[in-house]
Amino acid sequence: MAAVALHRGTPRKTVIVAGIVAAWLLLWLLFRNLATLPLDASALTPLHRWVNDLNDAIGASRNTNPLFLYFFNEIRLVIDELVTFIQALIAQSGFGRPVPVIGWLGVVALAGYVSLAIAGWRQALLAVAGFTFLGLQGLWAESMDTLSLTLAAVLISLLFGIPLGIWAGLNDRVNRIITPALDFMQTMPTFVYLAPLTLFFLIGPASATIATLIYAAPPAIRITAHAIRSVPHETVEASESLGATTKQTLTKVLLPSARGTIVLGINQTIMAALSMVTIAALIDAPGLGKTVVKALQTLDVGTAFNAGLAIVVLAIVLDRVTTAAAARRATASRPVLIGGGVATLVAIYFSYTYLWAAEFPSEAEIGSSIRRGTTAATEWVQDNLPVITGGFKDFTTTVFINPLQALLSESPWWLVAAVVVALSFVIGGVRSAVTSAVCLGLLVATGLWQDSMITLAATLVATVLVMVLGVVFGVWMGRSRRADRIIRPVLDAGQVMPAFVYLVPFLALFAASRFTAIIAAVVFAAPVAIKIIADGVHNVSPTTVEAATALGSSGWQTITKVQLPMARRALTLAANQGLIYVLSMVVVGGLVGAGALGYDVVAGFSQGQLYGKGLAAGVAIVVLGVMLDRLTQAAAKRWDQQEVRSGKA
Amino acid sequence: MARHSVVAVALAGALALAGCSGAKVGDSSSGSGSGDCGAFNIAVNPWVGYEANAAVLAHVAEKELKCKVTKKDLKEEVAWQGFGTGEVDAVVENWGHDDLRKKYIDEQKTAVSAGSTGVKGQIGWYVPPWLAKEHPDITDWNNLNKYADLFKTSESGDKGQLLDGDPSFVTNDEALVKNLNLNYKVVYGGSETALITAFRQAEKDKKPVIGYFYSPQWLLNEIKLVKVKLPEYKAGCDADAEKVACDYPDYDLDKIVSKKFADANGPAYNLVKNFKWTNEDQNTVAKYIAEDHMSAADAAKKWVDANPDKVKAWIAKA
Repeated sequence: MAAVALHRGTPRKTVIVAGIVAAWLLLWLLFRNLATLPLDASALTPLHRWVNDLNDAIGASRNTNPLFLYFFNEIRLVIDELVTFIQALIAQSGFGRPVPVIGWLGVVALAGYVSLAIAGWRQALLAVAGFTFLGLQGLWAESMDTLSLTLAAVLISLLFGIPLGIWAGLNDRVNRIITPALDFMQTMPTFVYLAPLTLFFLIGPASATIATLIYAAPPAIRITAHAIRSVPHETVEASESLGATTKQTLTKVLLPSARGTIVLGINQTIMAALSMVTIAALIDAPGLGKTVVKALQTLDVGTAFNAGLAIVVLAIVLDRVTTAAAARRATASRPVLIGGGVATLVAIYFSYTYLWAAEFPSEAEIGSSIRRGTTAATEWVQDNLPVITGGFKDFTTTVFINPLQALLSESPWWLVAAVVVALSFVIGGVRSAVTSAVCLGLLVATGLWQDSMITLAATLVATVLVMVLGVVFGVWMGRSRRADRIIRPVLDAGQVMPAFVYLVPFLALFAASRFTAIIAAVVFAAPVAIKIIADGVHNVSPTTVEAATALGSSGWQTITKVQLPMARRALTLAANQGLIYVLSMVVVGGLVGAGALGYDVVAGFSQGQLYGKGLAAGVAIVVLGVMLDRLTQAAAKRWDQQEVRSGKA
Repeated sequence: MARHSVVAVALAGALALAGCSGAKVGDSSSGSGSGDCGAFNIAVNPWVGYEANAAVLAHVAEKELKCKVTKKDLKEEVAWQGFGTGEVDAVVENWGHDDLRKKYIDEQKTAVSAGSTGVKGQIGWYVPPWLAKEHPDITDWNNLNKYADLFKTSESGDKGQLLDGDPSFVTNDEALVKNLNLNYKVVYGGSETALITAFRQAEKDKKPVIGYFYSPQWLLNEIKLVKVKLPEYKAGCDADAEKVACDYPDYDLDKIVSKKFADANGPAYNLVKNFKWTNEDQNTVAKYIAEDHMSAADAAKKWVDANPDKVKAWIAKA
């Protein structure tokens, strides 16, 4: 984004930026490997030790601290009750019964019926097929556990998230306060707060739900606020000039116009919640995540994939039903609804009473074929492709990653800091420069400067790849509904298929390396960027596009001169979210050879004496995220203003 | 329009008729755990060897002592933390973890040791068997510099790559490389998965890899990795983490239980305390799980059925 903005900047600015970079290169040659602030993998700073002590003290005071006894305990009880209740309904034995209240037949019927009522026939069929498929995979019980936890986390996220998002959309100050908090929630690695969470909320559904919603709530809040903000000013002004109260403007104008985008936020929340399934399994969250983690211990890719596929199926069903529910108002006719309701009740009654309808029959099963097929496919890939992929990895590493990393991590810290502050000033003025300076100071304070620079290099490479994919596929999908229909399920899979599932083949293809980490991040982050850009391009008013075509624009001209500039808000949001999603994969990168901050976090989660360092690394990731985010936004804003100006001219 | 609902009701009716046969929920009630044993919460840390211990213990506790066993899948840190909150009774394979011992046994006094599992743990540097066969002298650290070029990768630049893995455990490798003057760079694979994938591929495609690994581990049943000889371990040679220049010590893998659980001195505690077997026993169960793809419970049952004498010894002493 920065690059785009700079190209469009005045020539003078381009010269200044080029000058700064040239000076950097020169000084890099002179001062290489001086003052790079490295820290060995097992070395600690006083700050890290202090955090360790603090953590120990909190743990030791757990049973006497009133905050624990009254505040956290109450929250835990409420959430535990909610999750246990949903589980007893559909997932686990409860209410004195050896099986859930509603068995598989009842759940399938209910899923179909609800989809029919709110979304229509097609979605109802999809829901029935999808849920039946979960049973056929041999994963019914696990899927229902995952569904219970996800429903609980999403419900609580939306309960707080939508009102907060509306508030932030209406009020600039709230937005300013809430944004850093959201950045923190989305980029602070879960591994950092997973262990403390179980200290606060004990091992069980409450901790798993809270871990999930910390990560899943921000998209709902952010995108709701964005949606409210994107309603054209003229519309709001018109409504106000007609004498509407603020409340009326909100309920009659803002919310209806923002509805489509808010639903996108809800979808992202569902996706984010499902993407946490595996990590939550590390603190005993029941469900599909456990299957994946267990399978990974023996590198059983087939079993892991089968469970991952179930998560993807759940995600697609939930996504399509909510999307369709938002798009249409008229649903099935009354008699159909009544008839369907009766049939559903009968199905629920059966599943309550009879074993065959309560527990999914194990004879009908395709899970083992999926497992075998995947294992065979993975083996083929691992046997035949590494020669090519290994070379590709080496090439990319030498040409892109190594030079960038050398420049960032082998420069003295003051040089990098000076360059970043100067660039920030050129791009966004004094404000940006100050923000960057504060962030850089914090990075030095974490004691993990060099690790931060190594991670930054990988993050930049990954984000550029994400945006390239985002623009290419986003424009394609925005212009063609058919492309959208075909590509979207693949994107959903990329977002919710647990990274752990594809790490094994990736490791075989690219070995334990920074490149593997980058690829994993791109798989996870590109879908969200693509979806947002597709949404933006699709929403460009058709009359504008028609006008452009009528004036003789070629397809290419329409895209570059009309659709992309008009969708620039979406591009900004995509870059922003793409970046944040890449950063949220830094830890997974640490599991496949990226080292640096990701490894620090993982090690901090695994070894008590490294906890403080892991936390510091988590903070460093957040700080990097905030700095890059503010910079891209400043650049985007400038671009926005220039477009408006040149548009008026 | 009304026809739709008629059809639906008829369909529901047909379903109702069809459904009126078959076993009902609650027809057969299986007696779940009762007796004087009570609840037994066992932590399951995420590796196969541990799971083997836990599964066998859970099986015996459930079938012989009639305990109500709950297995909780947890990382080590979280599991130890559970001693204090009363949610975990036992950790049944502990690799040293001096930091956790200090915190929970000495300081918070929420945990106590329950003795050895009988399994010996070993950490070190390993190479795939084909490499050890082709260059027999590679298994001595003195010759490692000679082979550094073999191990170069995109991550290690002009040095040899020493692949470190699982961050769950202490590594002295960076200090070792420095203090033994080896021309290697430690690259953090970051997970057991990364290590296993690397070793498997190395053996199959005859690629050179050297990395951190440990036994007992199920992969060693499949590939006989060869340990590289480092300067011998002597008590105290690893006291200063910066100056370590010797091999890792052998670990006596032990069991840790919550103080409350130990003080109650119930049958489950006595089982955990008496539980002791060998590397071979564990490897057998681990093989059932990892290679034969049996569930942990089935694997445990198979082993217990085949070794009644050993099991009897664990319960008899109670």
